[in-house]
Amino acid sequence: MASKAIVGEKVGMTQVWDDQNRVVPVTVLQVAPCRVVSVKTPERDGYSALQVTFGHKKASKLTKPVAGQFAKANVEPGPRLVELRLDDTSGYEVGQEIKVDILAEGDQIDVTAVSKGKGFAGVMKRHGFSGQKASHGAHRIHRAPGAIGSCATPARVFPGQRMAGRMGGEKVTTLNLTVVSADAERDLLLVRGAVPGPKGGLVLVRDAVKGRKASDG
Amino acid sequence: MHRTDLIDAQTAKPADQIPSFAPGDTLKVHVRVVEGNKERIQVFQGVVIRRQGSGIRETFTVRKLSYGVGVERTFPLHTPIVSTIEVVSRGAVRRAKLFYLRDRIGKAAKVKEKR
Repeated sequence: MASKAIVGEKVGMTQVWDDQNRVVPVTVLQVAPCRVVSVKTPERDGYSALQVTFGHKKASKLTKPVAGQFAKANVEPGPRLVELRLDDTSGYEVGQEIKVDILAEGDQIDVTAVSKGKGFAGVMKRHGFSGQKASHGAHRIHRAPGAIGSCATPARVFPGQRMAGRMGGEKVTTLNLTVVSADAERDLLLVRGAVPGPKGGLVLVRDAVKGRKASDG
Repeated sequence: MHRTDLIDAQTAKPADQIPSFAPGDTLKVHVRVVEGNKERIQVFQGVVIRRQGSGIRETFTVRKLSYGVGVERTFPLHTPIVSTIEVVSRGAVRRAKLFYLRDRIGKAAKVKEKR
C-alpha cells in the first residue's frame, strides 16, 4: 500500500518543455492543502487510513452528523471528506495539513478517479471488438458483436459474456505516472500523461505501489 | 482565461519575442543546435506555409529549397530551441495554407511581396 497520498482536482491538460527542450504532455492537478480530520488505526478501526478534507464549506451548509465530525476534530469544514488508505498513519495527527510538497519531481505515482461516463456503448468501443465487414454484403451489422455462444449445447449464454452496456463513470486507477513538478506555492501538481476523469473531477494521488520507485535509483 | 493558463503563462514565450507573422512571410528562424556540449545558432530561412493550433500548442511550418530539394521544418511557436524569429519580408497571399508551393518549381514557387 501507499506510504503517502493526497487528493486533488483535475484542471486540464497542457504541455511543458523538459530540460532537453522536448515537449512533455502534462495533466495539471490543483492540490489544495488537505486537513486531517481523523486518523484510522488498525487497533481501533481494523485498517489504517487518513480521513481528510480540503477547501472550505460554510458551517451552516453542513448536515449535523458531518458538522459533528468536523467539530470533534476541531477542523475547518470542507466540501468533501475523503479517506486515503496508507501503510502507516503513525506520523499523522488530527488537524495536520498535508501539502503537495510531499511529492517531488520524478516521483512515480498512481492516480485514482472516476472516469468520464460514456453512456450506453457498443462492444467495439466498450470492449475493443473488431466489429464486422464494411462491405461484401454486410447489412446493418458493421459494429455488431457477432455470435455470443454455441447452439443446443450449452443452449445458454455463459456468464461474463462481453456485450454492449454502460461504459465509463467507474473508478479507474492509472499506475506509475511521473510527477513533472510539484508546486507547493500555487498548490499545483503536474503529472506526465493523462489522468482519468473530467476536468474538475476529484483525483486521488498516492505514491506508486507497483514497479520501480524513483528512490530506488 | 483557460484554467491551465497558470502553467502556460510560465512556459510560453513573452509576446515581444514572437513577431507577428503570417503564411507567405519569409522568416529567418534562429535555431539552437547542441553538438556535444557546445551550442551554436543555425538559421533556417524560408517561407511560412502554415500556422496551426492555438495557445501553447501553436506551430508553424517553414519551407525552403536546399540544393534543389524542398525542406520543411515545423516548429512549436513557443519552443525554447528557437532563439529568435526574424521577419525578412511579408508575402501577398490569399490562402492560410500554402501547400500549393510544393507542386511548383522555379519562379512559380515564388511568393509575391506585399506592397
